[in-house]
Amino acid sequence: MARKLKIRGKQGKGIIEKSGRLETHFDVSVGELAVFFVFLDTSTMVLSKTASQSDVSVHSTFASRYVRDQLPRFRMPENSIPKDAAYQIINDELMLDGNPRLNLASFVTTWMEPECNKLIMDAINKNYVDMDEYPVTTELQNRCVNMIAHLFNAPLGDSETAVGVGTVGSSEAIMLAGLAFKRKWQNKRKAEGKPYDKPNIVTGANVQVCWEKFARYFEVELKEVKLREGYYVMDPAKAVEMVDENTICVAAILGSTLNGEFEDVKLLNDLLVEKNKETGWDTPIHVDAASGGFIAPFLYPELEWDFRLPLVKSINVSGHKYGLVYAGIGWVIWRNKEDLPEELIFHINYLGADQPTFTLNFSKGSSQVIAQYYQLIRLGYEGYRNIMENCHENAMVLKEGLEKTGRFNIVSKDEGVPLVAFSLKDNKRHDEFEIAEMLRRFGWIVPAYTMPADAQHITVLRVVIREDFSRTLAERLVIDIQKVLHELDTLPAKVNAKLAMAEEENSKNGTVKKTAIETQREITSYWKKFVSERKTNKNKIC
Amino acid sequence: MLAATNPTEEHVHSTFASRYVRAPVPRFKMPEKSIPKDAAYQVIHDELMLDGNPRLNLASFVTTWMEPECDKLMMAAINKNYVDMDEYPVTTELQNRCVNMIANLFHAPVGEEETAVGVGTVGSSEAIMLAGLAFKRRWQHKRKTEGKPTDNPNIVTGANVQVCWEKFARYFEVELKEVKLKEGYYVMDPEQAVELVDENTICVAAILGSTLTGEFEDVKTLNDLLTKKNEETGWGTPIHVDAASGGFIAPFLYPDLEWDFRLPLVKSINVSGHKYGLVYAGVGWVVWRNKEDLPDDLVFHINYLGSDQPTFTLNFSKGSSQIIAQYYQFLRLGFEGYKNIIENCMENMKVLKQGIENTGRFNILSKDIGVPLVAFSLKDSSKHTVFEIAENLRRFGWILPAYTMPANAQHVAVLRAVIREDFSHGLAKRLVAHIEQVLKEMDGLPSRLQHKKTERETQEEVFRYWKRLVDRKRAG
Repeated sequence: MARKLKIRGKQGKGIIEKSGRLETHFDVSVGELAVFFVFLDTSTMVLSKTASQSDVSVHSTFASRYVRDQLPRFRMPENSIPKDAAYQIINDELMLDGNPRLNLASFVTTWMEPECNKLIMDAINKNYVDMDEYPVTTELQNRCVNMIAHLFNAPLGDSETAVGVGTVGSSEAIMLAGLAFKRKWQNKRKAEGKPYDKPNIVTGANVQVCWEKFARYFEVELKEVKLREGYYVMDPAKAVEMVDENTICVAAILGSTLNGEFEDVKLLNDLLVEKNKETGWDTPIHVDAASGGFIAPFLYPELEWDFRLPLVKSINVSGHKYGLVYAGIGWVIWRNKEDLPEELIFHINYLGADQPTFTLNFSKGSSQVIAQYYQLIRLGYEGYRNIMENCHENAMVLKEGLEKTGRFNIVSKDEGVPLVAFSLKDNKRHDEFEIAEMLRRFGWIVPAYTMPADAQHITVLRVVIREDFSRTLAERLVIDIQKVLHELDTLPAKVNAKLAMAEEENSKNGTVKKTAIETQREITSYWKKFVSERKTNKNKIC
Repeated sequence: MLAATNPTEEHVHSTFASRYVRAPVPRFKMPEKSIPKDAAYQVIHDELMLDGNPRLNLASFVTTWMEPECDKLMMAAINKNYVDMDEYPVTTELQNRCVNMIANLFHAPVGEEETAVGVGTVGSSEAIMLAGLAFKRRWQHKRKTEGKPTDNPNIVTGANVQVCWEKFARYFEVELKEVKLKEGYYVMDPEQAVELVDENTICVAAILGSTLTGEFEDVKTLNDLLTKKNEETGWGTPIHVDAASGGFIAPFLYPDLEWDFRLPLVKSINVSGHKYGLVYAGVGWVVWRNKEDLPDDLVFHINYLGSDQPTFTLNFSKGSSQIIAQYYQFLRLGFEGYKNIIENCMENMKVLKQGIENTGRFNILSKDIGVPLVAFSLKDSSKHTVFEIAENLRRFGWILPAYTMPANAQHVAVLRAVIREDFSHGLAKRLVAHIEQVLKEMDGLPSRLQHKKTERETQEEVFRYWKRLVDRKRAG
């Protein structure tokens, strides 16, 4: 006897069997409760259901079929899955990523106060570019620009608004600054009736990859001042020598990626002022203060590197480095309105009101701008200074610990970004790359890389001290480095070193005959070196 | 004995009892001293209450709601710098999976297990700049081998393009040749576009989901006409499809619509993950047809553990949260989930459209096929304008933008309501009710536009103008 049943508004066909059991069947799809009813005569009772008849939504994720399916990698899956399963699967895969706080390769902030996290989460659905809809958020950005401009001693009146903008990072900031220089230079050359098809920028070979990107994408030549052993920043005298009539600006770095050093912007300014007097080219300076911009004003306020120097026309700084905000925010400030050509600014109205915009990115989150403002008013001048002083202290602790091992040369200076760059005094048996690999076992991520031209034979390890790297962590790192050195000492040296020694001996004796195994080892070690040399292109990461 | 007269220590005071809420908020200079984190949180949180409510912001296509599970994943990844690929290999792989999935969604001619060519960006602006750069570089190479000048590249698009194309043109020194619109035809006319193509054209850009009316441009016709022209001229001019909005709509609602890599001249496509990809602001995608379409000299190679990781983005450091969220959505929703959501959006769009039509006062400019939005203008704008309606709707919390069309239809002014995932039937009905209320109120008011002004009215108008100026300056 078939009975029509209505369950939760859906109709299904029911069949009552002889035993009195009623089975009903409905289309099962994820998200809908599929219910199998089992009715019986009152005389019998069914206590348990078979697994396949259980309500699918009841299964815990790890009991469900979702953790048995292969993860989609090339195509979107056809069907939806429950949100708990999706969350769990992704969360679990991500457990195998490195721990951001132990990532000592990065300058970028990895910890913020819970109150700030709360503000960030609340703003996660605000699209920053909707300035008309979110006027307060827009104003917070303007306040940050003003505060940073004043921090850099921009020549502004008391309530005059600064010229600057928030970006996604220093890459975007540098591209905007570079674009402004390029356009100003082009306009000037056009007015003089001279060719403007060969712009160039003068920087040191220690520049971060975003300058190379700017040069390649915006068709500007990059004239690099080469480094040399023991001098790992741009030499101001050489830089000024390279300036010609096609130079749109000279870029100095405050806080070199390689060893944290501050370049001597004052000397560069003075030398360039003299050259400008002779040539009349009026070449300006841009300071890439990505790391140093939030350090120098607090630790070295007497150091003249910013708008106090007349040739400095724009400065960029990463909010997400020592601005102490998570990844995703940078700032660029111009000295004056005149330094930002009006023709680069766009006015749109399709979001409802007139909005001027000069950024490469359009839609983006608002969270980091709000977080930057939080930090600026929460910490204030004294808070930032305390934090930078702590970082500096902990960097010294780490440096001294490393020096005590007697095995390292310290390549970084005491003044500059709080980091410790060090290389092995003797890297013939084991090199810095091996140390880096072994430190990973403890969870530490410490990068090893070779210097750019002309000091490529120098390899360094670099530890960046961020706000959340406390003294205890510094001491623990030293202990772990000592453990690694100890282990490496007990291991046989690298094959090619041995081979080199053997060859020396052979050539002394006059015999250079190699056994088959030696030849094989030589091939293996050559290939190994080849692969690890490719790894050294890590130079292109900051 | 009464209580001791020792003053309570400062840090004991609740925020609203403390001195921090009496001090003026710092605006131009960093404050000297630190303040407690609770005070900092409260002060900022309270100011932000005066921002618009993102979910009632009907101006934006960008996602404003995600499931709590996804919020959790995003918060956990907030301190991961995406660019540290060596340190976060799983996150990097999630990006690669997303690129593959999107490439397959767009019918890129890749083999079953072949990796697609594409990258995650901060949004469609960056995606378009990268695609444009690739076209420019390819065209330059081609011209150099032909021994021809390379100093005048141009792009052909419609006047309805989003501002990022104009940015690309201006910043990367490419001329923008725009096909003008006309009243009643608010997208790029394929024939006129093909006519504008010359030897310096690096590509023709078609939009799938115009910002102004949500319409899909006819990419197939463009492809066919351009193929013919290419046969005659031998220039090989390619097409780029700006599918910022439409890329996550067409494959689910209109799978037979040929607009993607099924058309042979389409060489790259961009789509916004943060529009109908259903992720918060901050992620876009660009996919190329083949390796050949992305010139190698634009790509920076970073080698990790033996495998080559090419990078080609403008931005460097950025958060990882949105990439993880995009993968979450693909995994969680799958094809059917996206389809259901977009179908719901279309349904609610029709409810809204019907309600607006029933007032009898509006013309509907948006089409039924396209991005789920309703663009409408007043039948009679002589007494009151759509700008007034938009202003009045703000009182209820709705943010509905009003804007004028670009050349040559600048006399047409529209209101536009975008239907996102989180805009339910109930909200649609409520919006219609509020629009009706606003119309009724405005009918009762004298027109601002024509009639002799009294002195008081003139003063009021001057005051209002000045106020709008100040508000606009405040809004930056």
